[in-house]
Amino acid sequence: MLEMILFASIKVIVVVIAVLTGCAYSTLLERKVVGHMQHRMGPNTAGPYGLLTPLADGLKLIFKEEIRPANVEKITYLLAPVISFVPAVLTFAVIPFGKDNTFFGKDFTFVLSDLNVGVLFVFAVTSLGIYGIVLAGWSSGSKYSMMGAVRSSAQMISYEVGYGLSIVGVIIIANTLSLRELVELQMGPLWGTITFLPNWYIFSQPLGFILFLTCVIAETNRAPFDMPEAESELVAGYHTEYSSMKFSMFFIAEYANMIAVSSVGATLFLGGWHGPFLDSMPMLSVLYFVIKVFLFMFFYIWLRATFPRFRYDQLMALGWKVLFPLALFNTLITAFFVIL
Amino acid sequence: MSNTAKTVTLNMGPQHPSTHGVLRVILELDGETVVKAEPVLGYLHTGIEKTMESKLYYKALPCTDRMDYLAPMSNNLGFSLAVEKLMEIDIPEKVQWVRVCLAELTRINSHLVWLGTHALDLGAMSMLLYAFRDRESIVEMYEACGGQRMMTTYIRIGGLAQDIPKDFEKGIRNIIKVINNGLNDYETLLTNNEIFINRTKGVGVLTAEEAISLSLSGPMLRGSGVKHDLRKANPYTGYENFDFEVPVGQNGDAYDRYTIRVEEIRQSLKIMQQAIDGMPEGPYRAHVPGIVLPPKEDVLYKMESMIFHFKLITEGFKTPVGSVYQGIESGKGEIGFFISGDGTNKPHRVRVRTPSFINLAALPKMCEGNMFSDVVCAIGSIDIVLGEVDR
Repeated sequence: MLEMILFASIKVIVVVIAVLTGCAYSTLLERKVVGHMQHRMGPNTAGPYGLLTPLADGLKLIFKEEIRPANVEKITYLLAPVISFVPAVLTFAVIPFGKDNTFFGKDFTFVLSDLNVGVLFVFAVTSLGIYGIVLAGWSSGSKYSMMGAVRSSAQMISYEVGYGLSIVGVIIIANTLSLRELVELQMGPLWGTITFLPNWYIFSQPLGFILFLTCVIAETNRAPFDMPEAESELVAGYHTEYSSMKFSMFFIAEYANMIAVSSVGATLFLGGWHGPFLDSMPMLSVLYFVIKVFLFMFFYIWLRATFPRFRYDQLMALGWKVLFPLALFNTLITAFFVIL
Repeated sequence: MSNTAKTVTLNMGPQHPSTHGVLRVILELDGETVVKAEPVLGYLHTGIEKTMESKLYYKALPCTDRMDYLAPMSNNLGFSLAVEKLMEIDIPEKVQWVRVCLAELTRINSHLVWLGTHALDLGAMSMLLYAFRDRESIVEMYEACGGQRMMTTYIRIGGLAQDIPKDFEKGIRNIIKVINNGLNDYETLLTNNEIFINRTKGVGVLTAEEAISLSLSGPMLRGSGVKHDLRKANPYTGYENFDFEVPVGQNGDAYDRYTIRVEEIRQSLKIMQQAIDGMPEGPYRAHVPGIVLPPKEDVLYKMESMIFHFKLITEGFKTPVGSVYQGIESGKGEIGFFISGDGTNKPHRVRVRTPSFINLAALPKMCEGNMFSDVVCAIGSIDIVLGEVDR
């Protein structure tokens, strides 16, 4: 029993550290990729190729002076960054990030908790992140923050619907809510017949995949749906009044959210940790998973470098009038074919 | 705020990322809808007009750079033309052609910065970098001409500060190539971009009547469909010799103003091409002893030139009593210099009609009834430079 607790704790610590490092290096990745897309070098002074930049940023943010405006609601103001940070990291509890393996004669599963309703858990937890944003905006006592928070809550609630419906198709096909089983179902050739393609749900659910991709951008408040922060309008949106480590909590939460939804996307549509040569080298599975997550991240960053921002009302119109009906349509079609 | 208040007053600026400097707009918001918008100016008041009144004409010229610092040559040209009109100086043909070329270069400079910042306001941040990348070739040309990248003071009363650099022609041809390539990039990123069209079409609409009654000028006026361009309507410094089109819009919205400015860059390239192809030979400064500074080479070797140089630098020249107004078409609209001479060596009164200031008056009309995000788009599409608004 004790051994099991110890083992689980080590796994949790390793995953959390990996996620936080991933967040830190996503910021570097974003700055580098966007930099090169914009004919700039990106950060390149701290360490070789700027590899120590996240470390320097972190140190700087920790040592920054804490500025707290006089009219904040103190408790919620302090609690908000934590509330938005924790759910972002919590998602990783159910995501399988590698093929089950045996180490030193012990079975080792590359998932923290193989929950049988993993998909629902992911949804429940990612939805919680909104509270952090709303509370931050409300407790800051600033109009810009408040507007950011209002926009954000409306946006996230609207897109939650599309987000949820976009993967219902996958769940109907798979007939399971466990993320581990979902990955296993994506093994083998496509539909059991087409040998040169893997049985990933991106091929059987192309529309669902596109909808998922669009909705999660809005869900994570990334460009071109970055209404809540829209720096050219709302200065910085809900975290305008935050400084120092409290600000960086929001920052880490944003990137953790990005990695989380990327992981979910990779798991649901791109076959999770699948890839060639897994029988001889099972550890490759983790690498495949990271590569797939990276592809998602790169796509987000690419979008940010390319597109202007939507307007708030257009964003809501897109969510309710385009994405929502399309997602419903997709669900209907999928259900129809499954019954057949 | 009482509980019965239906609207929220939001103070946008003077420190705000997208008010292009220190503009302050007091917004009255009903949710996300703007009920009332009131621009508040004066945060960058530098007293440039007053400063110019206390300086000799030659020494007042550098002040003009500091107004619209994104289009320094246009301002130099406007002031020089006004003084030349007051003093009735004839300008050599070569100088006129160089001035046209540089004025168009400046228009492109101004439009490129506008394009970059406007797109950035709408969230397309890469555009800013692309625009600045191509602008670099222009400021390098400025540097080659006058030794400065922004505050050029290159166009002087009676001519130019010094002769054009040896590789002027090559440089301009290179710029034409660079900007032409750049334009393709911009248009790919923005012109047919669904989001960009959604954000700009039907935003900040001004009808032709409104535009005229607000006395707007430049792309703001032409965007509303009024074909008025001082280069055509009232040609100066030899614009009548050049062949170019004046693009006009139809809807008077931010998208039209965008397409007009992009098209203006194309037309400017065309003018520059003509200017460089037909550039005549000649002196770079008018020969008017006692009023126009003699060329530097002469100052070093000729007694009379040295005396004139000394006299002009120390006590300037005396103007006749009278006043002139010279308006030119800068990138942002009509920039006009009113100079009243009182017979002394300093202007009695200098008044600058700056396009940014007058165009900014349209902001409330463009914003009210629209969404909050449209305010940013409207400010961007006016193309203001705060240095010029608060002279």
